[in-house]
Amino acid sequence: MSDYKALIEAVIKGDIKTAVAETQSVLDAGSNARDILDKGLIAGMDEVGERFSKGQMFVPQMLRSAKTMKECMKLLEPFFQEGDITSKGKVLIGTVKGDLHDIGKNLVSMMMEGAGFTITDLGVDVSPESFVQKAKEVEPDIVAMSALLSTTMPSMPRTIEALQRAGIRDKVKVMIGGAPVTEKYAQEIKADSYASDAGSAVSKAKNLLGVS
Amino acid sequence: MIIVGEKINTSRKSIEEAVKKRDAAFITKVARDQAEAGAHYIDVNAGTFLDQEVDCLCWLVKAVQKELDLPLCLDSPNPTALSEAIKHHKGEPMINSISLEEDRFKALLPVITSQPCHVVALCMAQTSMPTTVEERVQVGSELINRLTDEGIPLENIYVDPLVQPVSVGTGMGVATLGAINKIMHDFPGVNTICGLSNISFGLPERRLINRNFLALCISYGLSAAILDPTDKQLMATLLAVEMLLGRDEYCENFIDAYQKGRIARG
Repeated sequence: MSDYKALIEAVIKGDIKTAVAETQSVLDAGSNARDILDKGLIAGMDEVGERFSKGQMFVPQMLRSAKTMKECMKLLEPFFQEGDITSKGKVLIGTVKGDLHDIGKNLVSMMMEGAGFTITDLGVDVSPESFVQKAKEVEPDIVAMSALLSTTMPSMPRTIEALQRAGIRDKVKVMIGGAPVTEKYAQEIKADSYASDAGSAVSKAKNLLGVS
Repeated sequence: MIIVGEKINTSRKSIEEAVKKRDAAFITKVARDQAEAGAHYIDVNAGTFLDQEVDCLCWLVKAVQKELDLPLCLDSPNPTALSEAIKHHKGEPMINSISLEEDRFKALLPVITSQPCHVVALCMAQTSMPTTVEERVQVGSELINRLTDEGIPLENIYVDPLVQPVSVGTGMGVATLGAINKIMHDFPGVNTICGLSNISFGLPERRLINRNFLALCISYGLSAAILDPTDKQLMATLLAVEMLLGRDEYCENFIDAYQKGRIARG
């Protein structure tokens, strides 16, 4: 039984050097990679997400923690077989058609990845058809959409309708977010969930899939 | 410095309520407070009303101008809302905004060439948002050239270099400042404008960051800003910086604002 306290601390602080050294040292001490990922890196990122949602941590710190986790993952990856990193769930994410804003969407992707989800990021200006096509291909658990403009929000219900027409609406959960988007709007367009920031996007996604 | 008062935006709860109830008295008061605090234009934005935006924006135009003899900044990414609202506007409005996104450009061009108006040219390209100084200048220059080719006078164009959060890229502040500087240098007579709040997204003490950013923008040549003129700390910064840059003869504006109680005590 290894102690991951120092690793968790380093991830929260975004101290890449210490975190990488800690990852190496617990590996050398015989911990398995799965354990280090779950109880070290992801545990650290969960704490980051929580502190961020509470306003105790800020965007640059979150970015730094995510980068720290990425660097540590490089040491762990050789221990995982292809497809062996069982994930919390698969998330297909993108900024909707007509909208080029990607900052919020990128923060959500990053935090979800840090929490152990597998992310497929379609980028910006993603049409309903592209969401559907990719959803058929990767079979995600969650389809997540972002919009920063009130004029592009209607692309969200259009994408939901497209998922319906393709017969896969009941196979996925739909999450939405972005500055002009509200809880009320999510209900109106029959999305399954709304998240107001990157930290809460993680907890909402976990709730949707019933994972912790 | 041209000041556009930003407060009549339905993303603010009190404004949304007032528009819902068609409470013209409340809207007029918010407009008048901003005018008295130094606004040259009153921004009106009803974006949160989505499919009712057009009606709400038109009502706002009429409500504000009924009581106040000031031009408005018609604010929407939706060309239809802008083309309808402009029909109700008296005088020369500021249209916020056009960009290089082709659909938006094509839809707005007839609106802004059919009558005299000022136009905000947002440095947004067709398929991506600019990140560097060079990308901003390139998009801004193309917008200026296309708009002046259509007969819009240079001094009626307000290039918005696009402000992105310094929290996600520490070079974002410098990218906006560099673009302001270069555009003002390359096109003498053109205006540059920006909103301030994007710069501080994801950080604590946002108002402090915003007003320091305003000071920097002004020193790099910014000639107009969308802000809350009733924020006395912000206005104090604006007036002090203008004075320090030698743009306030006999320091008249600064002293006048002080004597009228419009700036926060240091």
